[in-house]
Amino acid sequence: MAKNPARAISLNSRLDKFKKNVLLNWRLYVFLLPAILYFTIFHYIPMYGVQIAFKDFYATEGITGSPWAGFEHFSRFFDSYYFWRLIKNTIILSLYQLILFPLPIIFALMLNELKNGPFKKWSQTLTYAPHFMSVVVIVGMLVAFLDPITGIINHVITSFGGSSISFLTSPEWFRHIFVWSGQWQTLGWGTIIYLAALSGVNPELHEAAKIDGATRIQRILHINIPAILPTIVVLFILNIGSFMAIGFEKVLLMQNNLNAETSDIIQTFVYQTGLLEGQYSFAAAIGLFDSVINLTLLVIVNQVARKTSENSLW
Amino acid sequence: MRKFQLSDKGFDVLNTIFVTIIVLLIVYPLIFVLSASISSPSAVNTGKMWLWPVDISFSGFKTVFQNEAIWSGYRNTIIYTVVGTILHLVILLPCAYALSRKEIVGKQFIMWFILFTMLFNGGLIPTYLVIQSLGMIDTIWAIVVPNVVGAWSILVARAFFQQSIPDQLVEASKIDGATDFQIFFKIVLPLSLPIIAVMALFHAVGLWNQYFNALIYLSDETKYPLQLILREILILNEGMMSGGAGSEGGSVNSFAEQIETASLIKYAVIIVSSLPLLIVYPFVQRFFVKGVLIGSVKE
Repeated sequence: MAKNPARAISLNSRLDKFKKNVLLNWRLYVFLLPAILYFTIFHYIPMYGVQIAFKDFYATEGITGSPWAGFEHFSRFFDSYYFWRLIKNTIILSLYQLILFPLPIIFALMLNELKNGPFKKWSQTLTYAPHFMSVVVIVGMLVAFLDPITGIINHVITSFGGSSISFLTSPEWFRHIFVWSGQWQTLGWGTIIYLAALSGVNPELHEAAKIDGATRIQRILHINIPAILPTIVVLFILNIGSFMAIGFEKVLLMQNNLNAETSDIIQTFVYQTGLLEGQYSFAAAIGLFDSVINLTLLVIVNQVARKTSENSLW
Repeated sequence: MRKFQLSDKGFDVLNTIFVTIIVLLIVYPLIFVLSASISSPSAVNTGKMWLWPVDISFSGFKTVFQNEAIWSGYRNTIIYTVVGTILHLVILLPCAYALSRKEIVGKQFIMWFILFTMLFNGGLIPTYLVIQSLGMIDTIWAIVVPNVVGAWSILVARAFFQQSIPDQLVEASKIDGATDFQIFFKIVLPLSLPIIAVMALFHAVGLWNQYFNALIYLSDETKYPLQLILREILILNEGMMSGGAGSEGGSVNSFAEQIETASLIKYAVIIVSSLPLLIVYPFVQRFFVKGVLIGSVKE
C-alpha cells in the first residue's frame, strides 16, 4: 500500500524532469519531429492497416469500417493450388542465393592477397561498377544478350553448332539467370566490408606464421578467415533476415507468362493480386504471412548465433 | 625454404590469373554494351560485333536524343533525385544529430521505434493504401516521400555524429549562449560534410535507379522517371509506342519499325541512362566505400 503513493511521486517528479528537459532542449525535440512523423505515417500506420488482412476491405468503408473476415484470406491462400508453388519458388530462389554467400568472401580473400598497386585498385573499381546500375538496365541487358535471335549468347551457342535457347521464357533457366546476374552485379561490392575487416589483421601474425613455415593458403585459412569470422556471421544473419525478401523488383521485371512456373514468388504474387487485381485484403494477408516468416527467421538465426558465437545483432 | 618461396610465387601467379578472369567476366558485358551502342544494329544483331565496335555509327544516340519520352524521363528523374535527396537530408541529419546527444530523454525508446521498422513492416498493400489516402498518387511525393529515410541511415549518421563531434565543443558553445539550432547549423554541419556526402550519394543513386514506386504510384506518362521509360524500351520492347511524354501526335509507327528502332536504341539508351553514375562513380568511390564501412560498425 505504501508503495503506490511513492511511485506516484517518483512518476510525478520524473514527469517534471521530462517537462524541464523538453523546455530546455525543445530544439532537439523539434529535430526529431520530422523523422518521427515520417516513421509514424509511412511505417506504423501501414502496420495498423495490416488489419485489413483479417477483414473484407471496401474502399468506401475504410480500414476500420470494413467487416471482419477472420482468417478467411489466410485459409484461402493456404488451400489454393498455387500456395505450394509460391512457397517452393520463393524458398528455392532464396536458398540458391544463400549458397552463393561465400563468393564475395572468397573474392575478398583473393583481392587481399594482391600487392597494393594499380592492378588491385583497378580490379576493385571495375568490379564495384555494376553495383550502380539499375535493375531495369540489368534486366534490359539480359533481354538483349539472351535474345533467341539477336542475342550474343545464342550466337555463340549456334556458332558451336548448338540450337538457340529462349532463356528468358523457359522456367528451367529463370533461377540460374536471376541468381548469377545478381552475382555479376554485387560480387565486387560485396567484398568491401570483408576487405576492411582483412585490413585490420595484425601483420605480425603473418610474419610469425611465415617464420614458422606456414604457406600462403595456410595463413589465409588460419589467420585471415578467423579474423573476418565475426563480420561473416553478422552479414550471414542479415542475409537470412531478408531470406524471403529476394530482389523482388528484379523478379518482377524478369517475369513473364512463360517462366511463371519458377518465377512466381510470394512478393510478385502480392503485387499481382493486390495492385493489379485489386484484392487488397487477400494480398495484405499474403504479405503479412511473408513478413512474419521473415521476422521469425531473423529472430531464430540471431538466437542461434548468439548461443554459438558472441556475434549477433542484438 | 626454397620450395616455400616457390609455392608462394606460384600462389601469386595463380591468384592474379583468377582475379583477372573474374574482372574480365564482370567487365565484358559493360564493354559489349559500350561497343554495341556505337555499332550498326545489324552488326550487333547478327553477332558480328562481339568486342570492339563494328561499322561505327551514332544513329542510336541520335535516335535516343530525339526521343521525347527519354528526355522527359531524364528531366523527371533529375527532379525526383534532387528533391528526394534534399528531403532525405532534411529529415535524416537533424534526427540523427538529436539522437547522438545525451540530453534527449527516451532516446532508447525512439531508437527502437525507428529500428523496429527494419524488422517488420505493414507490407505493400497497407503502404499503398496510406499513400493513396494521402492523395499522393500521381504526384512527385509518391516517389520521394516513401523510403525517404531508413533506419540504417539514421544509425550510421548518428554513429558519425557521436564519434566526430566532441561533447566539449557543444558544451562550450552552449556556455557561450548558442542555441541547439545555431550549434547544429554553424558548427555540426560544417564538420560533417563527409557523412552528408555519403548519405546524399547513396540516396541519390537509389532514387536514380528505382522504378517500382513509379510503377505503382504513377499513371501519368509525363511524370514517368527514366527507369520506367527504360523498362518500356528495354524489357517490354514497346519502343516508342505511344511516344510517351509530349507525343508528337499522330505519328503512327508500324510494329516492325518500332522493333527496329528499339534494337537501334537499346544499347545507346543503357549508356545514356547509366553514364552519369558511371562517370561520377570513380571520383566518389571512396565516399561510398566509407559509407559501407561506417554502416558496418556495430552499435
